[in-house]
Amino acid sequence: MNINKTDFESPHVELKNVTFSRGERVIYDDISMVFPKGKITAIMGPSGIGKTTLLRLIGGQLYPDSGDIIVSGQNIPKLSRKELYAVREKMSMLFQSGALFTEMNVFDNVAFPIREHTKLPEDIIRTMVLMKLEAVGLRGAYELMPNELSGGMARRAALARSIALDPELIMYDEPFVGQDPISMGVLVRLIRNLNTSLNLTSIVVSHDVKEVMGIADYIYIMADKRVIGYGTKEQLLESDSPLVQQFLKGLADGPVPFHYPAPSISQDLMQG
Amino acid sequence: MDWIQNLGKNTIERFSAIGRASFMLFGAIVAKPNLAKGFPLFVKQVYVIGVLSLVIILVSGLFIGMVLALQGYTVLVDYGAEDSLGQMVSLSLLRELGPVVTALLFAGRAGSALTAEIGLMKATEQLTSLEMMAVDPLRRVIAPRFWAGVFSMPILAMLFSSVGIIGGHLVGVEWLGVDQGSFWSIMQASVQFEGDILNGIIKSIVFAIVVTWIAIFRGYDAIPTSEGISRATTQTVVQSSLAVLGLDFVLTALMFGS
Ligand SMILES: Nc1ncnc2c1ncn2[C@@H]1O[C@H](COP(=O)(O)OP(=O)(O)OP(=O)(O)O)[C@@H](O)[C@H]1O
Ligand SMILES: [Mg+2]
Repeated sequence: MNINKTDFESPHVELKNVTFSRGERVIYDDISMVFPKGKITAIMGPSGIGKTTLLRLIGGQLYPDSGDIIVSGQNIPKLSRKELYAVREKMSMLFQSGALFTEMNVFDNVAFPIREHTKLPEDIIRTMVLMKLEAVGLRGAYELMPNELSGGMARRAALARSIALDPELIMYDEPFVGQDPISMGVLVRLIRNLNTSLNLTSIVVSHDVKEVMGIADYIYIMADKRVIGYGTKEQLLESDSPLVQQFLKGLADGPVPFHYPAPSISQDLMQG
Repeated sequence: MDWIQNLGKNTIERFSAIGRASFMLFGAIVAKPNLAKGFPLFVKQVYVIGVLSLVIILVSGLFIGMVLALQGYTVLVDYGAEDSLGQMVSLSLLRELGPVVTALLFAGRAGSALTAEIGLMKATEQLTSLEMMAVDPLRRVIAPRFWAGVFSMPILAMLFSSVGIIGGHLVGVEWLGVDQGSFWSIMQASVQFEGDILNGIIKSIVFAIVVTWIAIFRGYDAIPTSEGISRATTQTVVQSSLAVLGLDFVLTALMFGS
């Protein structure tokens, strides 16, 4: 598969020349990215490079220093609070930590966005919630409280909550962490199916090269404050960029730095 | 020279905290309330914040009333004025101890719990995930807790004073043998609704606003780590206790000063 030109005529999400820093530290230096509508785009990159930050920028929780972030034609950093909330009703984010509401059981967690944003009767909500829970294999666990779930279960429950209202855009932050091979397979298929059946746009942040290669239409590889590789999986595998090859093969030595920026180790050790 | 820098830094930090706290409160209570959704949340918080504080308030009130009667009696009896014991107990409770001690207990019992709860919701990204679901955490989490605190504390203070008076009666009349008729009639004759009861209620409304505000702000503004939350909880108790005692002096001077 090659890059399909029509995918880029009306992207769902687009970043234009975005620069973002935390205090003195520049996280992104003038990056531009596109996320085509109805496709799965994966973001890969070393830990701490700013993948979660990127999702927060798209969700409007953080503001870039400069640049535009366009979601469904609206420039997120320029929106008023009310307009931003209207855009957010159509997007959804699966947090790295799950972020289930600890005071509610699994059922109420999944029902929460439905109850907040619709006036549906309880029996319809019940059906919707149980279907979402069935999809992630947790229908039997609907009465459990979040503290009674394992890490992987909590993440799946959170996934059920984030798809409760059938959003148009969904951002997954590390959905595969802590899943056994079976639930991993189920999740991969679920993300794929959601995408094809509802035609939703998905952004998946993940380190799992194999899983990402299996489902993503397009892949971004980030390192060193910018995009170092972009394309379909075939294009990336054929890429002659040593940075991309290093990442896909998981080598610690290479052009992509594995370490957080630091003075040289001998310098640090001598000082002690 | 360092201390001047620090003084400046601390002052700026104080003021910016007050600014952030005002923004938070403004966002929480100015928003158009949605009664159908907000009311059940409010009721739940009144239960968590108010009803669950009942035991400590009632027990403390009873003991403080009993101690007041015991102490008051030993002084009054020297002047043959032990019949005024009811007056002394009730005025102390209604004007001062009811509102103040309730506020201090409330800060320790409910305020610290509020801070920890909200801080933990922040640390576990529950507040962010509400925002991402297009639900305003200020309205959904902060507002019901604020109103529940403001509503509960004056009621708790009234219960505190009432139970205290019963405690005073137990010790004064039942145990030390003060005349029951004079205990109640002198109390009734000397306690004024406006001057004493109403002023006490006003005090406790002011304390309620201040303590609840500090508690929820400290949680909302906490550094989202376990250490940050534990610091925020301590700050809630220290700052709201100091605020209550300071404000009590100001209010007392205004109300009973001249
Ligand atoms: N609240 C914050 N204040 C200051 N710096 C932060 C904050 N949150 C994150 N950072 C910094 O921003 C950088 C990017 O963080 P981010 O969480 O986006 O990384 P990530 O790519 O998602 O990493 P991981 O794969 O480990 O989840 C990190 O280096 C971190 O030090
Ligand atoms: Mg991350």
